[in-house]
Amino acid sequence: MDKKDYKNVFVFAEQREGVIQPVAFELLGKARDLADVLGEKVVAMFLGCGIKDQAQILIEMGADEVIVADCPELKDYLSEQYSQAVYQIIEQRKPGIVLYGATTIGRDMAPRLACRLRAGLTADCTKLEVCPAKEEGFMDLHSTRPAFGGNLMATIVCPNTRPQMSTVRPGVMQKRERDPQRQGTVTDFQPKFDTSKFKVRLVETIRADKSVADISEAKILVSGGRGVHDKEGFGKLQALADQLGGQVASSRAMVDNGVMPHECQVGQTGKTVRPNLYMACGISGAIQHLAGMEESDLIIAINKDKYAPIFSVADLGIVGDLHKIVPMLTERLKREMAQ
Amino acid sequence: MNIVVCLKQVPDTTEIKIDPVKGTLIREGVPSIMNPDDKGGLELALRLKDQFGANVTVISMGPPQADVMLREAYAMGADRAILLSDRKFAGADTLATSYALSGLCRVLDYDLIIAGRQAIDGDTAQVGPELAEHLGLPQITYVVDAKLQDNGKLLVHKENEDSTQVLEVEGKCLLTVLASAFEPRYMSVSGIMEAYNKEVEVWSADKIDVEETKLGLAGSPTKVFQSFPKAMKAPGELHEVSEEEAVELIVAKLKEKHII
Repeated sequence: MDKKDYKNVFVFAEQREGVIQPVAFELLGKARDLADVLGEKVVAMFLGCGIKDQAQILIEMGADEVIVADCPELKDYLSEQYSQAVYQIIEQRKPGIVLYGATTIGRDMAPRLACRLRAGLTADCTKLEVCPAKEEGFMDLHSTRPAFGGNLMATIVCPNTRPQMSTVRPGVMQKRERDPQRQGTVTDFQPKFDTSKFKVRLVETIRADKSVADISEAKILVSGGRGVHDKEGFGKLQALADQLGGQVASSRAMVDNGVMPHECQVGQTGKTVRPNLYMACGISGAIQHLAGMEESDLIIAINKDKYAPIFSVADLGIVGDLHKIVPMLTERLKREMAQ
Repeated sequence: MNIVVCLKQVPDTTEIKIDPVKGTLIREGVPSIMNPDDKGGLELALRLKDQFGANVTVISMGPPQADVMLREAYAMGADRAILLSDRKFAGADTLATSYALSGLCRVLDYDLIIAGRQAIDGDTAQVGPELAEHLGLPQITYVVDAKLQDNGKLLVHKENEDSTQVLEVEGKCLLTVLASAFEPRYMSVSGIMEAYNKEVEVWSADKIDVEETKLGLAGSPTKVFQSFPKAMKAPGELHEVSEEEAVELIVAKLKEKHII
């Protein structure tokens, strides 16, 4: 392998049921930054069935080229089908960098590809930058990620191999403004499948309850922990969230004890969120929780324990009883917003 | 049915604290545990054993201390335990680790391999899929349910962000499972007694089917460039005031930031 042959920043543009996932746009935003430093192109790999007419959106969100593999075999995500197609694109086009969303799709496929390509892969990165390599004339991707449950950060490099691959959790990178004037090319790609390796069959897909909105998309989150106690306590949080036009989220403790559904969980084993406002009510702030929300623009925390770690990341901390303060705040905001 | 379960001994990351002065990890006194997702994987294997009869072999790669964890697996009901332990594995990233494990799996007789989704110290979720790829096996990750059907195929539920996929897999395969779906059984008293009389086989690199150049640090494409404690953000304001004052402080802050 000659490192010089590997160029351009590739993004796996994930879609589900024909809907491009927000993480694809976030990755394009970051890929654009990296490619501009390198003086290279951003190329989106867009796989599915009946999706080709959406390729232009990826260009408007930052891609210079979209490679479209549009065929029935790629209708639903299946590990082997998608791995074969992406592998063939990478083998043919030799990207320097490949980014994937750290979703149940990206985290399933990227390691298989890393192994097939004998390439380095760094999971769940929170920061990506390109820096001059030790070897003259080369730039390395520096992928920074949390380890030890968020207690430690590590920067990973792949000095000797290409492509350099990373996954990034949804909500971590910033997408760019859509630019309808942006021009780019769309390239068709027809994978040559080895169907003898297709051993897994999709029997059925059971949709999750759509009544639970995705907290990672919310601009305002009112989040509760152990101090909220029970469903009744979360009712108070819901009333405040309704008043603010936001949603309710939860710490792991209240998911583990069955009070809140897993979809609402913020943190290392839940979702990463970066809303405009994160109100942490009765959340002590275990490092695993902080890892999922500390990038929020404004953090307000209410907790009885003035030594709670949540206060270390809060812009405004209130030592007090949420069961009193939250309903009072809701009433106060009603009056305020009626004016 | 022969089932191989991959286990990793990990520090209990919920017990790790940061030294507030030096900003470094305090690792002393942190207990080592069986990685929770892996324990879920062992539970799934033991449930399949209870229902259909199976030989459950637990494997791990790590230092000799992992012996304790493998005895715990014996006490839960595992039939055989193998620890891959050799200095040649040192410095392995996920690719080199999965390669070593594949070399062990190749000399074992298996129908199904079960691993945890991810380990709580690294959280990469890469070793399972990479092991499957090294062995040329189909994989299903994020497994929350698996049943053996009458036709001999496994019916598996995979949990995604927005849906659950029901998948059927033919022949040998690798599953990675979520701890939350498989509440592990307790060790039995007789199991604990027997666990100390059973042998944990310790294997070195020359007992498995691998090329040495692909092991350890040399076989690892990723290198740690640097590691550092997480930067702490400057603390904000903290107020211990009456509820009325607290409400006013919050409202003022929401106005200042144009939230309302």
